[in-house]
Amino acid sequence: MSLVGARVLRKEDPNLITGNGQYVDDLQPAGCTSMVFVRSTEAHAKIRSIDTAEALALPGVLAVWTSANIAQLANCPGGLPGLDQPLLAKDIVRFVGEGVAVVVATDRYIAADAAELIIVDYEPLPAVASLSAAMAPGAVVLHEVLGGNTVHFQDFENPLNEAFAAAPRTASLHIVNNRCAPSPIEPNVCLADWGRSGLTLWAAFQAPHHLRNTIAQYFGIPQDSTRVVAPDVGGGFGAKINFVPEFFLTALLSKEIGKPVKYTQTRSECLVAMLHGRAQEHDASVAFDNDGRILALKLTVTQDQGAYPNGTGMGLPVLTTAMAAGCYRIPAVAISWRNVVTNTTPVAAYRGAGRPEASFTIERLIDLIADETGVDPVEVRRRNFIPVDAFPYATHSPLAMYDSGNFAGALDELLKHVNYDELKKEQEKRRQDPAAKLLGIGFASWLEIAGFGPPGSLEAFGHLASWESAQVRIQPDGSAIIFTGASPHGQGTVTTYAQIAADELGIDFDRISVKHGDTAVVPQGIGTMGSRAVAVGGEGVKTASGRVYENAKRIAAHLLEASAEDIIIEDEKFFVKGTPARSVPWSEVAWKSFQPLELPGGMEPGALDSTVFQQVPNFSFPSGAYCCVVEIDRETGGVNIVNMYLVDDCGTVINPLLVEGQVHGGVAQGIAQALYEHMLYDPSGVPRTSTFMDYLVPAASDLPGYITGRINTPNPSNTLGAKGVGESGSVGAPPAVVNAVVDALSHLGVKHIDMPVTPIKVWNILEGAK
Amino acid sequence: MIPAQFDYVEATSVADAIRLLAEHGDEAKLLAGGHSLIPLMKLRLVTPATLIDVTHIKELSYIKEDGNNIVIGALTRHRDIEESDLVKKHLPLVAHVAGEVGDPQVRNRGTIGGSLVHGDPAADLPAAALATGATMVIAGKNGERRISAQDFFVDFLETDVQPGEILVAIEFPKHTDAGWAYEKFVRRAMDYSIVGVALQLGAKPGVALVNMSNKPHLAVSASQAIGKGAAIADVLAVINDDTNPPEDLNATVEYRQHLARVLTQRAFATASK
Repeated sequence: MSLVGARVLRKEDPNLITGNGQYVDDLQPAGCTSMVFVRSTEAHAKIRSIDTAEALALPGVLAVWTSANIAQLANCPGGLPGLDQPLLAKDIVRFVGEGVAVVVATDRYIAADAAELIIVDYEPLPAVASLSAAMAPGAVVLHEVLGGNTVHFQDFENPLNEAFAAAPRTASLHIVNNRCAPSPIEPNVCLADWGRSGLTLWAAFQAPHHLRNTIAQYFGIPQDSTRVVAPDVGGGFGAKINFVPEFFLTALLSKEIGKPVKYTQTRSECLVAMLHGRAQEHDASVAFDNDGRILALKLTVTQDQGAYPNGTGMGLPVLTTAMAAGCYRIPAVAISWRNVVTNTTPVAAYRGAGRPEASFTIERLIDLIADETGVDPVEVRRRNFIPVDAFPYATHSPLAMYDSGNFAGALDELLKHVNYDELKKEQEKRRQDPAAKLLGIGFASWLEIAGFGPPGSLEAFGHLASWESAQVRIQPDGSAIIFTGASPHGQGTVTTYAQIAADELGIDFDRISVKHGDTAVVPQGIGTMGSRAVAVGGEGVKTASGRVYENAKRIAAHLLEASAEDIIIEDEKFFVKGTPARSVPWSEVAWKSFQPLELPGGMEPGALDSTVFQQVPNFSFPSGAYCCVVEIDRETGGVNIVNMYLVDDCGTVINPLLVEGQVHGGVAQGIAQALYEHMLYDPSGVPRTSTFMDYLVPAASDLPGYITGRINTPNPSNTLGAKGVGESGSVGAPPAVVNAVVDALSHLGVKHIDMPVTPIKVWNILEGAK
Repeated sequence: MIPAQFDYVEATSVADAIRLLAEHGDEAKLLAGGHSLIPLMKLRLVTPATLIDVTHIKELSYIKEDGNNIVIGALTRHRDIEESDLVKKHLPLVAHVAGEVGDPQVRNRGTIGGSLVHGDPAADLPAAALATGATMVIAGKNGERRISAQDFFVDFLETDVQPGEILVAIEFPKHTDAGWAYEKFVRRAMDYSIVGVALQLGAKPGVALVNMSNKPHLAVSASQAIGKGAAIADVLAVINDDTNPPEDLNATVEYRQHLARVLTQRAFATASK
């Protein structure tokens, strides 16, 4: 029986749900000290002086550092040269939350007390807290070297003026894709111990080898004595692939004071210091005929980079524009983008990273076309889908060569669950009844680019390479250990990899362990992001397991005096096909694989240990069709999701339970962006949503039940056929929800509502229509 | 999220708590369930020199019938009130509202006295105390005194409890078999209300509004109108009298006053069921 495809319970859960997980903050080595930040309360200001005398005098304080203590050091890696963030602000602060000073003390309470005693004298400067403010003529400039606030502008190659002029119809939208704060349960945490034998950094991170490579390079120390460990990690959503000053500061301070130094971010700090996501504005225009067929699309993305642009943030509009056309055949697509700095928290990857923004805009445009032409939104989608026989399909973007999908098939499957005609009748009936709640039905046929990636793709984001490592090692007793560089932070990789390996090796699932997150244990690695853990890392496990199995068969054949081609395995026993009575168990094959006298000619001990650096030829393209049904309370403006129907195509499913979990979580985050979350700043750059009282992360009680379905078009770029599913929900849910709300209000002439759709926004629309 | 240093003492009785309050003066704070105080301390918005822990004073945790009143000890937890048959029978509004506070974790720790003395205009239980016409029993070095809920709430996070005093009990007049409703408009289930309405009908009616003023707000004109048997439309016409609603990310003044009318109307509909 194949384990791939089975609803196997997670190996991770017994520890995690009984409180026996081990996160960085659980580690308390002897002599461990605590680091606390003083963070800027100003969005933009000169630092006149920093008085640390009182803090230094507090008993228990071991060090107080400002930029003066690290004047010779380079800025935080990952940024753009000349625009990168100092480890501690030098002379000037550019966002609320930027580190100004750090205190290390014997415990966290003393460090926090000392931090309060540090007096920073600021000379406030005008701040720009929005894209429009940053781009306004005469706006204050954040980085003088730029001369303005635009970091990079990529103009249209061809603005398609003729196509738009000739089109029967055109429509445009200005869309604000709201800034979100990733808010994993575990904030940024790290612990550095820099002793005589080198530097060990424990960090809540998604890519420990990436951090090892970078931190060794930063300090000019050899990688053989630089170790990074990511133990259990409590969520990341992309925010934990960024290099942040705390990693480098704890390391430096550990070296300075000769003790381990731990930093645990507070929740309040996490909202302003952990990098944000989304924060784009789109100017989108579409040309179409009277039947709703799209003729041309034009999109300009303006990306708010926050105060210090970084490589990942700069990549966001590239991904957004690459996926601008979604799952539609559009004859002409023009893309343009602009990266702008503002006095806000820097922006980087957040679950979906650039693709939810693309999906949101194209799916809103589809509904706009439906609204303009009177063609049903479902039909507009059908008329424009890339047909199933058109793959591989070259898009306007060299990045996006769609390799598989069945967009009409996903929509068909979705409509089996949605009683669309009845819902439309019900909608009309309720519109006539002033006491009834308004009903809205919203669709999203979404597509994303994932499975990062082909050679060169992650290198462009500063990674060593785009492969993923997998080592499969058989122990002498016939159990197996898998070492992976795809360090998980909640995905269930320990379970899915064991499932894949169990099928390939014929070893019991319970005798397969997965090790990750420690650069001293895992040979090399890249990390978990961009829905790549199964599509790339899992494929590596399959490849390495297959190699080990071939060698195991050779040993078994040698022991059975048979030919390897005739050997099969059942119940962990190798035997010649047709003669199960004479068999050799895996445990014996494993044991003897280490004994030269037992091995077939030409084989050496260690043959049941294979390391693979798995490459893939292309990205993957998960897709799906979602439908959201909402009710709107006409009196309060409150929006309630009645039903959420979800059909995913993530290719081959390794574990349906985990796929559902990823979809549920991703959809929750998508609903959160659509209805609840918005990191807001006032014009002076002060965050208005600086606690969870104002930054509204929904809980289970605020979310609907989900009705899920699935189709499978296998990924042709790996033998598993898996595409990845980590980001799907966050890509598909926001347009489905907002399309439903706009649909509910369309009889009032509503064309668009920016996220999050709050009750007061809806109430103002309803009042305005009276 | 790291509180400043503080001393901690445990009070063993009401008299002991009053003695400790006198001893530690203005810099001391009483600690009951801690669900309002501790978060403020972790944000260092409040930095008491001493916490006087009153949670071990068993004599303040009770629900009892006393003639025409139900009396609830100040340290009674929300969960106990929510589940009390006595409260459900005679004060169904209070039992229901106790079950609307925060989430189960909060309700298992938080106390009614703690919630009331915090004086938060956005909190649930003050509105229930106002609508039901409760009386607060406050103890000090000169013994006990009583004050109506209406006079108890003085300003934003400020009540009539004076330095050296402790709220020991709340006396609720029974509202057996009378109509009631609590309407709460929130964005997330566990949030504070954007607006809430606590409605008590019957012989001694009252309507109180959540988050519509700088303090927990008794809608006096509306309560009087209900008492005189006014039509619902007439109650709605005066429901926003004397309100002073805050403006924030969730609501403008106009929207809050609109919600107050809508929720009051719904409260009447619910109460009549």
